Amino acid sequence: MNITIAIFFVIGIIALVGALGVVASRNVVYSALFLLLSLIMVAGLYILLYADFLAIVQILIYGGAIVIVIFFALMLTRTREMPLRLDNPKKPWAIVASLAAFALLATTTALTHWKILVTTPERVSYQVLGRTLFTQWAVPFEIASILLLVALVGAIVIARPGGRE
Amino acid sequence: MIPLEYFLILSAALFCIGLYGVLARRNAVLILMSIELMLNAVNINLVAFSSRLAPSEFLGQIFAIFVITVAAAEVGLALAIVIRLYRNRTSVNVDEIDIMKW
Repeated sequence: MNITIAIFFVIGIIALVGALGVVASRNVVYSALFLLLSLIMVAGLYILLYADFLAIVQILIYGGAIVIVIFFALMLTRTREMPLRLDNPKKPWAIVASLAAFALLATTTALTHWKILVTTPERVSYQVLGRTLFTQWAVPFEIASILLLVALVGAIVIARPGGRE
Repeated sequence: MIPLEYFLILSAALFCIGLYGVLARRNAVLILMSIELMLNAVNINLVAFSSRLAPSEFLGQIFAIFVITVAAAEVGLALAIVIRLYRNRTSVNVDEIDIMKW
């Protein structure tokens, strides 16, 4: 067995364990920590796919920003609820639905004959990526920046204390 | 080289775990965390396809960057809504929030 495939299995299993911890943990703070673990393992997967810029972005934005914001939200919305109330009473149906979705996706993946065009994957340099992002994809890039601005203003307006009730 | 199918199966598993979380959890913040898992699974798919089918165009990486941008905006807005909800109803349990249901 190839060493890369071994690394892939280790990273993949840790990512899956983290994801299961997110959905199964009885403590919301542990859930957020498991989410962080899973997201960092996904960054490892990006490195295995030769997308190292995305790996850095993943750690910066997910590990640095999103998980911290989620921690703040968990802190600000602490309730004295019983841990049992974190889960829906119709949980068995959720298990059935997600297992059925996984079975469908897995069989489709296994039955499809993928036409792999590359034998040696290549790394995209930061310069090429940045140049393409600012020339060919300049308009979507600007729209994304407007979207972020709108989300920023919207979040402030919604979470602001007082205002119209 | 790691086969494409391994990445697809892994991302399908991550996506379905996230789906389970969205369906089974009642805390709004936990549902958001599960949505993040699902978005990540989609990103793995995009990058894996891009690196195995057309690595010179890296469209999948560009797309994943935009998905991450939208995910960041979504989390910011959704958590603002959750905090507002908690202030008005002292609960983030999505079962109890039925004012728009009739």
